[in-house]
Amino acid sequence: MRGVLCLGRILDRLTSWWFWISALLIGTLLVLFFIMLGDQSGASISKFSWKFLFTSTWDPVHQIFGALPFLYGTAMTSLFAIVFGGVIGIASALFLVYFTRGRLRVILGTFIELLAAIPSVVYGLWGLFVLSPWLQNYGEPFLARVLGFLPLFHGMPVGVGYLAAGIILSVMIIPTVTSITRDILLAVPQDLHEGGLALGATEYEVIRNISLPYARAGIIGGLMLGLGRAFGETIAVTMVIGNRPEISASLFAPGYTMASVIANEFTEATSHLYISSLYEVGLVLLVVTILFFGVARLLIWRVSHVQKGRMV
Amino acid sequence: MQWRKAKNRIFSTAIIALSLLAVLPLFLILGYVIYRGLPGLNLSFFTRLPAPTGIPGGMANAVVGSLEIVFVASLISLPVGIGAGLFLSEFRVPRVQSVIRFFSDVLSGVPSIVIGLLAYALVVAPMGGFSGLSGSIALAVLMIPTIARSSEQVLRLVPVSIREAALSLGARRTQVWLRAVLPTAMSGLITGFLLAVSRALGETAPLLFTAFGNQFWSNNLLKPTAALPLQVFVYAISPYQDWQQEAWTGALTLVLIALAINVLARLGTRAVK
Repeated sequence: MRGVLCLGRILDRLTSWWFWISALLIGTLLVLFFIMLGDQSGASISKFSWKFLFTSTWDPVHQIFGALPFLYGTAMTSLFAIVFGGVIGIASALFLVYFTRGRLRVILGTFIELLAAIPSVVYGLWGLFVLSPWLQNYGEPFLARVLGFLPLFHGMPVGVGYLAAGIILSVMIIPTVTSITRDILLAVPQDLHEGGLALGATEYEVIRNISLPYARAGIIGGLMLGLGRAFGETIAVTMVIGNRPEISASLFAPGYTMASVIANEFTEATSHLYISSLYEVGLVLLVVTILFFGVARLLIWRVSHVQKGRMV
Repeated sequence: MQWRKAKNRIFSTAIIALSLLAVLPLFLILGYVIYRGLPGLNLSFFTRLPAPTGIPGGMANAVVGSLEIVFVASLISLPVGIGAGLFLSEFRVPRVQSVIRFFSDVLSGVPSIVIGLLAYALVVAPMGGFSGLSGSIALAVLMIPTIARSSEQVLRLVPVSIREAALSLGARRTQVWLRAVLPTAMSGLITGFLLAVSRALGETAPLLFTAFGNQFWSNNLLKPTAALPLQVFVYAISPYQDWQQEAWTGALTLVLIALAINVLARLGTRAVK
């Protein structure tokens, strides 16, 4: 009897350890990322220091590495995505919460969530063989004709480039933005919304002046999560961005992003400094995404937390 | 007065139009993938090895390799993910728990290509070569936070009364967790796990310099291993027509698997509710 009890106690201790170790492993992993990337990019950091972030030369032959073109490409495509994907995503969330109920809501919500289930490489394939030829032949010439006075729409229509990558990324972040915004909007107290309508405001005025301001922090958090996804998205972008380390004001031009340069060049990098520079690009990418994810989570957490406090 | 109503009308129309625009790509992409991929979808695609251009080949090794890599990734990530989920739902250490919760959310945002870099530095470089195992480890890191957070959420739904009932019958804590709490939450746990698997099956970036791909049967996970999304990527950017055709068929296969898993997972959640 005593032996059985002891065994039980040991088993209890073991399961507790298992839970603790699993939890601590998650924390360790994140720390491990920083240590490993910092360690591996040491050579590049000590050689180029801060200039790495502000140099636009990427020349493996002469061993000069600067990440500016990739920073620019990532910023440009992600901003494009967050403007277009953000507007469409928030609009869909508003539609799901305030304009429809019942079956249509479920079906539309499911469709938008299924967008997130399509593998990245399939987006890339579609972007490469359908979207960019279309852009080259119809989309970009049209934009150049109508908006050609802006430097954004200058230059040869190539098809692959910032515009194609931006459009693909917009589609890819819509599910993230929509689902977070929907959850946040559902957390806005219904009394407020109905109160506004009862006072004679139109649906537009209620959403504009009551619902959106109330949910603002959470929606911004959702947008930042989308931005974090866009920063890190690799394969689809690599397939449609054109992979040229140049900085161009035109959306039609081919470019490069932080994630896609690692994907393309890591296995081909020959010298130690080259590999180290790619690791440093990875480090920058990690720091930027984690910053955005961290802030986004805090904002979302704060809104839903305030909500919980009020309900109790 | 009229202007306010008109503005409302314009706003509503814009919202409806934009929501339709949001789901349009789903149909455009799915439709085109089916249109291009279906002609190549036959048995030989799943039984033949990749062949040089001009000779009919398939992606049999990539399908098997993907399954192997994801299976090993699941073996690694399931105990850790569920363990962390149990830690977050069953223990009472609020400070530590909120830190772990936050870390886990942030970890889920680490770009998959950076996870590939980690696996390269920790596994590929010390082992001296690309391997399917390093790909599995990369995918496991990707799956852990998803499994942890989703299992925490379903474990929280398990009524306290079930735990109390088990305890009052004289069960040990381990027995309560393993025989009462986990079985009750099982269908929800499976749903979360399936969604993580579906995401891992479609990932390409972390496999580029871990599993690396292979043109032959790769039964040994310590050697370079083929994977379906990787093969689709390589064939898509190749200049050959017949390889591009196979890339579309591979993409269709990936989409079908992803959608099937998602539908399955959804049915699971509905059963719980």
